[in-house]
Amino acid sequence: MHELGVVKHVMKTIRDVAEENKVIRVGSVTLQIGEVSGIVNEQLVDCWNWFREKDDILKGAELKIEVMPAVTFCENCKKEYETVKHGKICPYCGSPNTFLVTGNQFEIKEIEAETEE
Amino acid sequence: MKTIELHRTITDSNDRDAQALRDKLSAKGIFLVNIMSSAGSGKTTLLLRLIKDLKEKAQLYVVEADIASDVDAVAVENAGARSIQAHTDGMCHMDAGMTADALESLLAEGSQSGNGLSIVFLENVGNLICPAEYDTGAHRNLMILSVPEGDDKPLKYPLMFEKSDVLVITKTDALQYFDFSMDKAFERVKRLNPDIKIFPVSAKTGEGMDALEEWLLDSAAKLKEA
Repeated sequence: MHELGVVKHVMKTIRDVAEENKVIRVGSVTLQIGEVSGIVNEQLVDCWNWFREKDDILKGAELKIEVMPAVTFCENCKKEYETVKHGKICPYCGSPNTFLVTGNQFEIKEIEAETEE
Repeated sequence: MKTIELHRTITDSNDRDAQALRDKLSAKGIFLVNIMSSAGSGKTTLLLRLIKDLKEKAQLYVVEADIASDVDAVAVENAGARSIQAHTDGMCHMDAGMTADALESLLAEGSQSGNGLSIVFLENVGNLICPAEYDTGAHRNLMILSVPEGDDKPLKYPLMFEKSDVLVITKTDALQYFDFSMDKAFERVKRLNPDIKIFPVSAKTGEGMDALEEWLLDSAAKLKEA
């Protein structure tokens, strides 16, 4: 399952950051995930909740997900539209000559943590 | 509690591991090619043909993932390449850490080919979605699309075509039996990725193999010189 790998990579990055910042315990982790990034958010949370219990500093840490809307730009009529609603074909002029402007993000935005200092 | 801002992509830690592995391989002159495809695309036939044609010109290795592996380790060894087992722990893709673990002993002993060329083929997990998102540390990404799969695959799996440096269209000997338009395939792929190199081949008849093999040897030689 794809989400399993994503959770493992997120945790690895957070462990590195935790070490640099002398973190004792992580309270929450906020991800920004685009609407068309291909991630199933519910499965991501399920994987997270299972894996966090195996890690001392991540135990009980809440995973927060900010969903970022997807927007596509049409090169033919120069208009933007909602990707999820209309797909690759421009709803204004019918052109397939479009590209995704935003919506496939895959970012760790921030963490809330207790540190030694 | 205090807030620590990160703004790092989820693949950030993997990207760094991948670059570290790529640097190590480059220093040893070992050329790593990440092969991605769906199951049944003709990967085994293509690899066995490449091994047969190239084994005198380069030291060849094939890294196989432990799940959904199409390639038979015994057949690889018999053909004249060394087979290396990788462990994905049931994951849907290979990442840089798994690739580095698989190549650990090869890196430790160094290339056995002396001044010759070394090429490692990494057989990624057989699907067209997840492997595209993780950098394995390979120098080049090579994707296989077989004629029976259809010329519409670029529309369905755009990321895989965007991330690949090379597309090998296999089973061209079967073109007359399928509604596969080579023109449409080229147009759709080039729209997603104008720089991609496309090699239509039949590993069975050998048609088109020369160009692909020349590209592989050239790329490995350039890495060795650098």
